Amino acid sequence: MSLIATLARLEAVESGRAQPLATVRHRHLSERPLVFVPLTTAGEAGAPLGALVGTDRNAPTLLVVPQPRDRDLRFTFLADLAEAVLPYLDAYAADIELTERSETDPETGKKTKVEVELCADAPQLIVPGRAGVDFVRLLGRSMRFRRTAEQDPDAPYPAPPRVPLLGRWFTHYAERARTPGAALLLAATDLLNRHWATGQSSLEDQHLGALLAWIDPPAGEPGAEAALRAELARGADGQLLCPPAGPATDPAFDNRLLAPAVERYDRARQALQAAEDGLAADDRLGQLTAAEREIRRLLAAQLMPTWSAVWRALDLLRELPEGDRAAARWTSDRWSFTGHRDRITAGEPPQPRRDDAVTAATKLLRRERAQAELEAGEALDDPLVMAGRRLSGEAFAGEVVEVTPAWSESKRPSPRPLLTLRTDDAPHLAEGAKVYRSLDGKPQKAEFVAYEPGGALVLRVLDKMGRAKDPAPGSVPEKGDRICWTLFEHEQRGAPKLPDPEATPWTHGGPPGAATAEQPDAPTPEDLL
Amino acid sequence: MRGNAFEAKVKGDGGTELLRLLHERMGEGAEPPGQAPTPDLAAAGPEGRAARTALALREATEAGGWALLDHPMLALEVAGSPAYLEPDAVVVHPDGRWTVVEIKSFPMIDAAADPSKVGAAARQSAVYVLALERVAVLTKGASVDHSVLLVCPRDFSNLPTASVVDVRKQLAVTRRQLTRLSRIEDIADELPPGTTFDLDGQSGASLATAVEAVPAVYAPECLAACELAFHCRGRAREQGTVTALGRSLRGELGSLTTVEEVLAAARGESGDPADPTVAAVRRAAALRAEAGAPCH
Repeated sequence: MSLIATLARLEAVESGRAQPLATVRHRHLSERPLVFVPLTTAGEAGAPLGALVGTDRNAPTLLVVPQPRDRDLRFTFLADLAEAVLPYLDAYAADIELTERSETDPETGKKTKVEVELCADAPQLIVPGRAGVDFVRLLGRSMRFRRTAEQDPDAPYPAPPRVPLLGRWFTHYAERARTPGAALLLAATDLLNRHWATGQSSLEDQHLGALLAWIDPPAGEPGAEAALRAELARGADGQLLCPPAGPATDPAFDNRLLAPAVERYDRARQALQAAEDGLAADDRLGQLTAAEREIRRLLAAQLMPTWSAVWRALDLLRELPEGDRAAARWTSDRWSFTGHRDRITAGEPPQPRRDDAVTAATKLLRRERAQAELEAGEALDDPLVMAGRRLSGEAFAGEVVEVTPAWSESKRPSPRPLLTLRTDDAPHLAEGAKVYRSLDGKPQKAEFVAYEPGGALVLRVLDKMGRAKDPAPGSVPEKGDRICWTLFEHEQRGAPKLPDPEATPWTHGGPPGAATAEQPDAPTPEDLL
Repeated sequence: MRGNAFEAKVKGDGGTELLRLLHERMGEGAEPPGQAPTPDLAAAGPEGRAARTALALREATEAGGWALLDHPMLALEVAGSPAYLEPDAVVVHPDGRWTVVEIKSFPMIDAAADPSKVGAAARQSAVYVLALERVAVLTKGASVDHSVLLVCPRDFSNLPTASVVDVRKQLAVTRRQLTRLSRIEDIADELPPGTTFDLDGQSGASLATAVEAVPAVYAPECLAACELAFHCRGRAREQGTVTALGRSLRGELGSLTTVEEVLAAARGESGDPADPTVAAVRRAAALRAEAGAPCH
């Protein structure tokens, strides 16, 4: 945490309200995101209990597993989830625009322009917290190797038709969420924490209710009190007023409300199976439906506060204008979505359990690049983020006090004007260090020459001044201009290319062997998912 | 609960499955165990059970074969008073090595489990290893393995799988922490005479006074581990300590330990400008104001 963020937290403590950490929104938000609030069964790591899912805040779809230990009921849940999520994804997959991408011809080695499809927009998934992202990953892992009756007629427990496909999409989304700055799958708490500093620790910031209490407290109430109420307050029935955002549930809810309801459901089901004539069966079916309705009611009561909280978080975030580079990052999310859509259409197998060495190295490189791009992009979009970089000596803002025309000493002299700047910042500049500023959205490079006796510093501008002997108008700063220079590059250079997969040395996993299809998990009598 | 059911399943059938997993992961060429003796460790009281465990360990080591001790009892001195610990199981190897086995109910999916849970299990096991070492020094030919066997359900099933976890680092940390702990008598000496934390037999108010009498150093990590954390947090917030917002802030803010001090220094109302922390805080405040954060 930078000192600026720390200071913002302390100010939040004093004022009783969260303080802004950003002046623009650093993540793209879809016009129509799909919000997914899952719950898991206590003590059955990973067995889903229920979920709210949907794109309309007033009409969420409630999915419930009345008895989480029952495989058929879990499959029904997953099938219903697939029915709720996949049409949403498909709608985006169909809407495309054509764009050009340069590809290297494998035979001639020449670069050629190829026309490719890019989805016009991508579906966006929002979960309440980081645990929700992990749960999406877990669900993806559990579903993508399942076999449907059509794929494998001998499968002992065939999965409903669209479930493996949902598993592959969930896996892709959860994997993409690991790329810094990606916005396909976002946690509401992460989004809020990026843009506001609360008067509590980052650990407590993982509680969506408490976080919202700091950012948008009820009129006149200090954030700390509102947050404490969100954390601890219980109603007359001993239940939390603000239930945890999941996927884990509150033990008091499990023991006092859910466990008895599930037991009633089990009894009703046994009674139905034991029914001997139609009349009794009708009666008991009624009891079973009532028991299931009761579980649905209980889970809806647990899920609804979180559902509204996620939408409230989105409302708060939409009040901030979107950063320019956040929109640009969304384009790479669209590429990511399009790429996975193409892999599925091409009939490629589901993502493997473990990446091979080459894939892992590529992913790591991409994420490192994305991280650097994100850090630079956020700073350039937002003066408040840039302030943090200025404090740490990675950027400086200063007024131009003098411009001295100068030229390079080559046969055809090019302009290399010298700028004298006065700044209060303390950048870490070594002689010849390169600094960058944004000129019409493109980075212009300069190098540090020396400090003048008065403390002013001298820079030599190096590029973006045109081909003529005199610099193009507007390309050189003028006296009195206030400019922010950064010591970090604005755009990331392409990483060195990895060797072709066939040329991978044995130290790095060697050339890929024959592709072996991943086997589905062997079913056992006590499977959780 | 599922955890107990899983442990019973792993240890079922005389521990054959558990020993098979252990031999597969850390047998190092020894004969496969097959059926191993599981000595009876029942005795009266924790001291009795601890003594019985020590005896069983000695006998098994002398016998020079495999042995599985189910829920042995170990004693460890913590802050001057004995604490009794009950690992899930300890296995004696034919060469006299003792291995702690920890059975957990969180799943290992594709041979990887939740790192924070594995870390907690490793810390827990390190304490068992430490307690076992006290017994091992008194036993001829015995040594304690600094790796423990973590047994978890595999993927989404209830079938056990195991992984060897090296706990040397956790051992060193625990050892150091144990030597640094203040003795319970020393803490008790500082309290007013007659202080008791007994829940029965005193009013809520006097219990609160008793708790107030003990100083606490609150950090947000306490929330995950301690039932008194909300109480300590309230007190830390009242005092305005910066640590209530995170341990790292202490290091960052040096001698400025309260929220009030930091903000006063940032506004230039107090603090020595020559102090690098004060200067940095002022600079940060100025930059933040310049960048358009609302001032007040």
